[in-house]
Amino acid sequence: MTPDQIIFLLCAALIVSSALMVVITRNLVHAALWLVAALFGVAVLYGLLQAGFLALVQVVVYIGAIAILFIFAVMLTRRELRDKGPQVNQNWLISALLALLTFAGLAYILSSWDGFSRTAGVLPGGTETLMVLGKALVSPDAYVLPFEVASILLLAALVGAVFIATSSKE
Amino acid sequence: MTFWNDPINFIAGWLRGVFMGWGLSTGPATVITSLIGIIVMILFAMLIAIALVWVERKVVARFQDRLGPNRIGPFGIFQPFADIVKLIIKEDITPAGADKAVFNMAPVISLASVILIWAIVPLASKIYGVDINVGVLYLVAVGAFGTLSVIMAGWASNNKYALIGAFRMVATMISYEIPMVVALLIPTIIAGTMSVKGITEAQGNLWFVILSPLGLLLFMISAIAELGRSPFDLNEAESEIVAGFHIEYTGMKFGLFYAGELLHAFTFGGFMAVLFFGGYGGFFGLEKFPAFAWLSNPFIELVVFLVKALIGYWIIMWVKYSMPRIRIDHMLTFNWKFLTPLAFVLLMMTALFDKLLAPTQFYVLGMFLSNLVLAWIVLEILRKYSKRERAEHEKNAEPVVQAAHH
Amino acid sequence: MSIPLSWYMILSAALFSIGLFGVLARKNAVAILLGIELMLNAVNINLVAFWRYGTGSIAGQVFAIIVFAVAAAEVAVGLALIISVYRRRSTVIADDLDLLKW
Repeated sequence: MTPDQIIFLLCAALIVSSALMVVITRNLVHAALWLVAALFGVAVLYGLLQAGFLALVQVVVYIGAIAILFIFAVMLTRRELRDKGPQVNQNWLISALLALLTFAGLAYILSSWDGFSRTAGVLPGGTETLMVLGKALVSPDAYVLPFEVASILLLAALVGAVFIATSSKE
Repeated sequence: MTFWNDPINFIAGWLRGVFMGWGLSTGPATVITSLIGIIVMILFAMLIAIALVWVERKVVARFQDRLGPNRIGPFGIFQPFADIVKLIIKEDITPAGADKAVFNMAPVISLASVILIWAIVPLASKIYGVDINVGVLYLVAVGAFGTLSVIMAGWASNNKYALIGAFRMVATMISYEIPMVVALLIPTIIAGTMSVKGITEAQGNLWFVILSPLGLLLFMISAIAELGRSPFDLNEAESEIVAGFHIEYTGMKFGLFYAGELLHAFTFGGFMAVLFFGGYGGFFGLEKFPAFAWLSNPFIELVVFLVKALIGYWIIMWVKYSMPRIRIDHMLTFNWKFLTPLAFVLLMMTALFDKLLAPTQFYVLGMFLSNLVLAWIVLEILRKYSKRERAEHEKNAEPVVQAAHH
Repeated sequence: MSIPLSWYMILSAALFSIGLFGVLARKNAVAILLGIELMLNAVNINLVAFWRYGTGSIAGQVFAIIVFAVAAAEVAVGLALIISVYRRRSTVIADDLDLLKW
């Protein structure tokens, strides 16, 4: 068991257990906090995959913005201070079965791919991943078009969210 | 490699030798040595936090024309220890109906988010935790944890003043992250690297404060807002909402919040020094002469860094104890309508002039003058805007005066 | 580097299934969005793993960054919609939002 494998197993345990707590727990603010734990585990996983920039962007964007948005939304949309009643609807058994089937199906299909047990080679692009990533995002024959479209998408989301959430005086 | 030239590697090598002499293989020996190094770094940060309690109280006293603590020890230097003893022996109250797990975790995460920053602070050219190549982004990411701890504290206290304070603080912190990220990008563009040590090395000839004084101002304003200190401290204003999100915390849990806030302020003072004032360097090549070769000793660099960080911290304290509090809606308006557009214009201008003027010899002069021109334009716009507002105000105020006459 | 690619893919599949369960089985609309976030993270793990275990193209990381931006935009608009619905109907239970039914 190399140290990498031990770290990966610990991370995977954290992610899966936090994700299960997210979808099971009754108290919604606790669910949002378990989501923070799961997202942090995913960030550590990115670090293990030697994508350090992505790990930090995950923390900044997901934990620093999206998780806080979730906590605010949970606090602003509750009638009373306690959550009561079951948090899963009446189809939960079928949903659990469906989720298990999806997992089993995905695992089976993936395991029959011949690259399934590939081990890691050298870091693609050398050690200057940040430079390669930066150049790829702004060079015209690489990915500048999706980059610009993503920024327009963010602008549209910003305008839309402010417009929808502003209560119109009727 | 002696102790005086390269302290960390020397001690690490010695420790590793000791552990291997006890029979461990290289892997676990390195891991245990690294763990000891981490603990030493955390201890250093916490010792600085203890000293800062005394510094803060003496400085605020002098600003307010009084003496400050002077009974416990000469000049009151043992006051922090008295404070620690008081906080430990206080009763630990958890409010009824509070969410115990979240309530107890919030101060821990708040202090952890400050200590995590000390992993990348370059104390000297050979004394630092780790040199990651995205250090500047790490600073922003760790600030996100601080925001999370504030909202956890506010919600778990089961107290509406705590919740209001937490909402205000989180709104301020996430709003002022944007000018701070842009202000952090300015030294990144000039130095060409996001690594904090790389930015310090790039200032070997010229401090970035001369190349971009507006960047320093932007960083200072947004850092003070991120810290939640005056004049942006409506979130914990004692006269308004009674300490905001940490009302319900007593004893050592409050001590964790308090120490975390002081250490956070000092860390941002340190980052002001690192990003704009040359960090641990500062002799501008004097140490290349053989007579002055001792100036590049890591311990001298450590002292230089600490002095600069203390000066930065003193400026933050100076602002805190001289200015009145700003209202929350003024705070947010200031950010979204003034600081963010200014930050983006400054970023574009810095990038443009950096690219255009880099090969020529007008680099320093051009960058400095462009900053001055931008500052002058902004002041002119503000002057016209305030003149117009004042004229409207006086026009609307007249009927009130006439109505009072009869 | 002795972790085979299969480990990352199985973890990603597991996280995706857990997110799927969250979306299908929860009553509260905000909790459904939490499940969607888990699914997006599962996809991201897969993309970055394929970048690392692939052959030189940076496309995996670029795709992951675009997914970050899309997830942030979607959460913002989704939560704005939920808050707006809460203002009108005072409920965010998905089963109670059935005005358009026959």
